[in-house]
Amino acid sequence: MSLSKAEWLALEKKVDELRNLTLDTTYWAGSGHIGGGMSVLDIMTVCYYKYMNIKVDDPQWADRDRFILSKGHAAVAYAPVLCDLGFNDKEMLKTFNLSGSKMGMHLDSNKVVGADASTGSLGHGLSIAVGTALAARVTGRKYMTFCVLGDGECDEGSNWEAAMTAAHYKVTNLISFVDRNKCMIDGRTEDVKNLEPFCDKWRAFGFIVKEIDGNNIKELCEAIDFAYENHANGGTQPVMIVCNTLKGCGIDFIEDDYTWHYGAFDDDRYNRGKKALAETYKKRVARAEKEGA
Amino acid sequence: MAGGMTYTAIESTQLSTSEIYGQALVELGREHPDVVALTADLAKSTKIGDFMKEFPDRFFNVGIAEQDMFGVAAGMARAGLVPFLSTFSQFASFRAADQLHTDLCYQNVNAKVIATHSGTSFGQAGSTHHAICDLAVTRSIPNLTVIVPADGYETYNAVKAAYATPGPFYLRINRGFDRVLYENSDYGFEIGKAVTVHEGTDLTVIACGSCVFQAVQAADFLEKAEGLKVRVLNMHTIKPLDKEAILKAVMDTRRIITVEDHSVLGGLGSAVAEVVVESGKGCAFKKLGANDKFAPIGLHEDIMADLGIDANGIIEAVREVMKKDFEEDDNWDDEM
Repeated sequence: MSLSKAEWLALEKKVDELRNLTLDTTYWAGSGHIGGGMSVLDIMTVCYYKYMNIKVDDPQWADRDRFILSKGHAAVAYAPVLCDLGFNDKEMLKTFNLSGSKMGMHLDSNKVVGADASTGSLGHGLSIAVGTALAARVTGRKYMTFCVLGDGECDEGSNWEAAMTAAHYKVTNLISFVDRNKCMIDGRTEDVKNLEPFCDKWRAFGFIVKEIDGNNIKELCEAIDFAYENHANGGTQPVMIVCNTLKGCGIDFIEDDYTWHYGAFDDDRYNRGKKALAETYKKRVARAEKEGA
Repeated sequence: MAGGMTYTAIESTQLSTSEIYGQALVELGREHPDVVALTADLAKSTKIGDFMKEFPDRFFNVGIAEQDMFGVAAGMARAGLVPFLSTFSQFASFRAADQLHTDLCYQNVNAKVIATHSGTSFGQAGSTHHAICDLAVTRSIPNLTVIVPADGYETYNAVKAAYATPGPFYLRINRGFDRVLYENSDYGFEIGKAVTVHEGTDLTVIACGSCVFQAVQAADFLEKAEGLKVRVLNMHTIKPLDKEAILKAVMDTRRIITVEDHSVLGGLGSAVAEVVVESGKGCAFKKLGANDKFAPIGLHEDIMADLGIDANGIIEAVREVMKKDFEEDDNWDDEM
């Protein structure tokens, strides 16, 4: 599925809407995991709005593609996606994190329609995704499973257990991403506990690695296309797309700043954030216009 | 020789509890294409090899990676399969506790954990492989049904019932050759309903797992030797607990002893105690189990003797509790 200029521009528009909605949700909630939410939004947008087969009117459709957000704290960006798609009422976002809401800081998949797993405890998602992917093999279904990990999350050993299982069982109907924003709660990933050589680690665990700019729609599409082809052509290794991203992507004054793992937006910050997103959108449209075909 | 360790403690021609589990799983596999089996390098020890042979495409060995196994099972369950995950109880309840809690129970998926080598049944392996705190962990997790079958027949019934009942299950079975309590599997097993395996009115012993057989032995002896009528309840389901049977025991016998191959903190004894205390009724009460200490190394029956959860230990406890006096409650009958 090559990416036309029109499609690229449409995806830029969509991801801009979702970035705005994520900022709104953070503002309504008073605070949120906006840094990692903004970094992962391009990945989520491309998966949901270009590739995934889902039915909004039949959320549990057995043949639907699955999406497992292992970095469950990015719910402040994921909830807007699931609302924008129509799985849940957008008004619910105004209750995000509030007492009595169905939408907490980490989504409960038994309460939020469209969420395929209840994540938040880190290091769980890849195993769950391997499970849904293997289940497709058992049941003869053709759906794909998408899974997004955080990079800090990769400190958890359980990810590497899951990686070995994915490689051993040649789970190519799984397309995995790491949102490599290089930040975690206590600092930069390389300062807290060195992850490098990160791509080599995944290669050593049996994955084909594509390292890309994860805030670039075109590069994301190319990498996902590669993973689809790998599966369709009988590849024997799962694909890991290591996405170099910016924490807080789109809002210049929080970008690449680990202290914005979780933060609050007052009126002033919110208004500045809105302006920053508008600027980002302009630049990204210009890039799509120039580089798109 | 088949893999896994061979059994030397008790020679028997009967199938071990875990072999019966293996057999029940194959039967389920034949009847239901949605049944899949997972293990973490313990296919042979947990006796699910027959399933592996008959359904190689529905069998997954994830290697020595319990956390991964629970996550994978949760994903499979979310996609409509009914995974049966087998590993040792200690690893099922502790190594993978967060996955059990979040992936299986919080998500409330239809996955069945078959936790083998429970309690001190892997005796010589020592405390790294004993599971004496698993009930404390598992019974506190919402949505999880916790069952401790007393023998192979009950294991068979529990496995079938687990498949027939949606939601996450924790089935805690022993390593090897349990003493056989029942003559067959047709005694009316029902999740959450205790089975009276010995009638009595003087005192009630509430037991689970391998301790039920020991309690019946003790009750038989005490009846013949001392004329004591000891009721024995097989409390195979730890959660949901049969409160009615416990309250009836309080009413009828006013003396209760709990027996479990588990710590006295947080398991069957604690669960029963909660019901007794909340009832507001006076009742002499004693818990038998590991008294906040790790169990020694040895044959299972020797460890059970050491912990005082074998027939001799139960007999002594019954004598002690029968000596206890407590004030009669005049309004007793009116309140119930």
